[in-house]
Amino acid sequence: MASLNRKSMFSRRRPFAAALVIAAGLLVTGGGYAAATTAVKAQQDPTVASQSQIDLGHKLFLANCASCHGKNAEGTKNAPTLIGVGAASVDFQVSSGRMPAQASGPQIQAKAAVFNDKEIAAMAAYVASLAPGPAIPTDAMVANNGDLTRGGQLFRTNCAMCHNAAGAGGALTQGKYAPALTDTGAKEMYEAMLTGPQNMPVFNDANLSPKDKKDIITYLVYLQQHPSVGGLSLDNLGPVAEGLFVWVAVLGGIIAITVWLGAKSN
Amino acid sequence: MSNATSTAQKGGFLAGTANYLDERVGVGGILKEFGRKIFPDHWSFMLGEVALYSFLVLLLSGTFLTFFFQPAMTNVIYDGVYGPLKGAEMSIAYKSALDISFEVRGGLLMRELHHWAALLFVAAAGLHMMRVFFTGAFRKPREINWVVGFALFVLAMAGGFTGYSLPDDLLSGNGLRIIDGMIKGLPVIGAYVSSMLFGGEFPGHQIVARLYGLHILLIPAFILIFIVIHLFMVVIHKHTHYSGPGRRDDNVVGYPLMPVYVAKAGGFFFLVFGVLMLVAATVTINPIWLYGGYDPSPVSAGTQPDWYIGWADGALRLAPSHLEVTTGNYTWSWNILLPMIVLILLLVLVAAYPFFEAWVTGDKREHHVLDRPRNAPTRTAIGAAGMTFYAVLWAGASTDLIATHFALSLNHVLTTMQISLIVLPIIAFFITKRVCLSLQRKDREIVLHGRETGRIVRLPHGEYLEIHEPLDEYEMYKLVDFIDHKPDVARPNAQGKITLGARARAALSRFFFEDRVSPVSASELASAHPELDAVEHVETKALV
Ligand code: HEC
Ligand code: HEC
Ligand code: HEM
Repeated sequence: MASLNRKSMFSRRRPFAAALVIAAGLLVTGGGYAAATTAVKAQQDPTVASQSQIDLGHKLFLANCASCHGKNAEGTKNAPTLIGVGAASVDFQVSSGRMPAQASGPQIQAKAAVFNDKEIAAMAAYVASLAPGPAIPTDAMVANNGDLTRGGQLFRTNCAMCHNAAGAGGALTQGKYAPALTDTGAKEMYEAMLTGPQNMPVFNDANLSPKDKKDIITYLVYLQQHPSVGGLSLDNLGPVAEGLFVWVAVLGGIIAITVWLGAKSN
Repeated sequence: MSNATSTAQKGGFLAGTANYLDERVGVGGILKEFGRKIFPDHWSFMLGEVALYSFLVLLLSGTFLTFFFQPAMTNVIYDGVYGPLKGAEMSIAYKSALDISFEVRGGLLMRELHHWAALLFVAAAGLHMMRVFFTGAFRKPREINWVVGFALFVLAMAGGFTGYSLPDDLLSGNGLRIIDGMIKGLPVIGAYVSSMLFGGEFPGHQIVARLYGLHILLIPAFILIFIVIHLFMVVIHKHTHYSGPGRRDDNVVGYPLMPVYVAKAGGFFFLVFGVLMLVAATVTINPIWLYGGYDPSPVSAGTQPDWYIGWADGALRLAPSHLEVTTGNYTWSWNILLPMIVLILLLVLVAAYPFFEAWVTGDKREHHVLDRPRNAPTRTAIGAAGMTFYAVLWAGASTDLIATHFALSLNHVLTTMQISLIVLPIIAFFITKRVCLSLQRKDREIVLHGRETGRIVRLPHGEYLEIHEPLDEYEMYKLVDFIDHKPDVARPNAQGKITLGARARAALSRFFFEDRVSPVSASELASAHPELDAVEHVETKALV
């Protein structure tokens, strides 16, 4: 239960959305507030992206995203503002297929990505050009050469209460859930920690340093690359799956054999 | 069934063995007697055996584990071969369980064999218990053995719980934390009991060693003793059998134990062993290396106990929250106490059922012929209601997985289960009872008019008729051989007073037997088939 209560404690959506709106306001009036809302050191310098890329991104944004996020990404009553969310958030949301959002359920679902890499990069560049925010991590930042053991410990302390100790996923309240991490890419993991999609808390660099993040990724990638040593994993769902298996397959199998043997002799 | 009946052949293997032993240790008589026990053949009689053989596998694999497992909670630094834990601090218990998994030859196979055998042990025992319940095998003279079997089931749960708490991984630690919480929820004594059990503040440094003592010594010893008593009673009472011609309350039809049955049982042991081995070799169970060593701060999502403790976990999850009541400076945690009371009550009801039913029916006769479940509609319905109650508690332990796997809201699943826990058993009771009664009516129909063949004939005068085939006497016997209880009325005792007990008994008797379907009587059969003289062949108690 503790994990579920923590969730609402972490749920940053409402307070942070409000903070971001204020941030946008301050930015417009020339305030330097953005740095405080996201304590992220690695911030994308908007000048790195070419103007043509940003223009393409803007075009794509107006066609696909503005209906919910507003013409200038300022947010509407249907979706939060994207000013200050950074390229990492766009990259995570769009490459995992979550955005453009579809049919509203308790949680926006990941699906096959709608856009190609170039288009995603363009939209990310556009959103990053609006205000500084978390940048897309480099390959070196997400390489799986961190400290494996430390990564496991950090994962169990920071993530297991939602994603399960074996990364098999878990339920949150009201139909929301933390997905299994069995086939999430390394870059996606970093971006998820950095931006805290939907009900996941943000793990900014003050909470988990880039090294911590790398260690966690190293651990998760290790689990992905080393499938179960004990035979079929039953999706690592633990005792419930094991119990169903013993009743249906093992005891059911033994009874089936017994009945079959009995039928033969009669 | 043209099996041998209670006469085993003289001479041969059995007599030879008995003779050999008799001349040396003088147990020939016992052995001969034992060897001539008759064991009837039916797959549902094998469930107890599956449990027994799983237990043997547990003993064998568990003994192997004791060679390598070290039940100490002292911290060490892991330096074994499992990469993701290298350099991690952990207890010796967890480290030795990891070493069994990764470094002892055959160790992982044995750990998995042990754990799968544990799950199968309790599952087979549970199904065996259901078989005994639904066939009425717990009736006189077997009430005591029902209680012994019940104790075995509880011991099996205790064995499993103490076992999966040993490796001191995150999952087992989370489980112990729940138990700690339950104990601390007990009024007055809670905190004391908890600190005695854990040797101080949870988790302490004692618990694994203590559970280990219970797990490998006390509980297996008790299980063994109870198994011996259980089987001894089976031999004394003789096995029950399903109804059929020649099968009465005063005989047993089947194979003699020696040699036919022992050969079969030996084969069956290897079958169970083989299936368990296959599963242990191919399917992971309790991958403790994924969970990490126990540390009180992290809690994993989806922390569940093994299936046989699931109903207890479910009861805790389904208990409404906010039930705490504060009196003075003491808080009564009814959200913990209530589920505990429900669990204990359920156990007591199960243990006491045979005595309850005997009191209601007032039936003091011995019963060796089993009931078909439909022929005891109220008992079957009570069983179905009880199982449904248990099943909802059980499912309650996986509310989170149900929510994620069926894309439901956890809150809705929880509320639905809370309602189901009350409503479903009641529905199950009525549906089961109705189904039993209809099946009985169908049986009557078949006995009186024969089986429908689907063959339609046209008589010379144009009438169409479906041919009904009369049953042979074997089938007939099965369908008419059951006891026709009539509801009792409350009678005055010697003082001429109708006691409250008598009234309660009469009310319950009405509840049990008010709507019932009687077996076909001889006269009914005769008038249904005037052309048949089959009646003579059907000797049943029901034919008065
Ligand atoms: C409060 C619960 C919670 C915690 C704690 C949490 N997450 Fe999440 N996580 C979620 C939820 C909910 C989602 C799904 C978000 C979505 O679909 O937009 C998610 C999504 C993810 C994803 C994306 C998965 C995919 O397949 O797209 C990754 C990767 C991830 N989390 C990693 C982590 C890591 C690493 C940690 C620990 C540092 C962590 N999470 C901690 C709740 C949590
Ligand atoms: C149907 C409406 C809808 C459309 C279309 C849509 N979004 Fe969203 N988007 C949402 C909602 C709602 C959320 C907030 C989800 C949440 O956190 O609960 C969101 C969140 C986001 C976020 C995360 C914001 C943060 O705080 O980190 C990003 C980034 C995003 N959208 C980008 C896009 C992009 C890019 C597109 C176009 C390709 C797009 N969205 C199209 C509804 C929409
Ligand atoms: C004489 C009999 C038994 C012995 C000697 C024995 C011994 C052991 C030992 C040493 C362990 C710890 C090692 C490890 O976890 O890897 C263990 C674990 C366990 N035992 Fe037993 N045991 C016996 C009977 C039983 C019974 C009757 C049950 C259940 C009904 C049971 C269920 C378990 C379980 C579930 C575990 C956890 C296994 C795991 O780590 O995955 N055991 N046992």
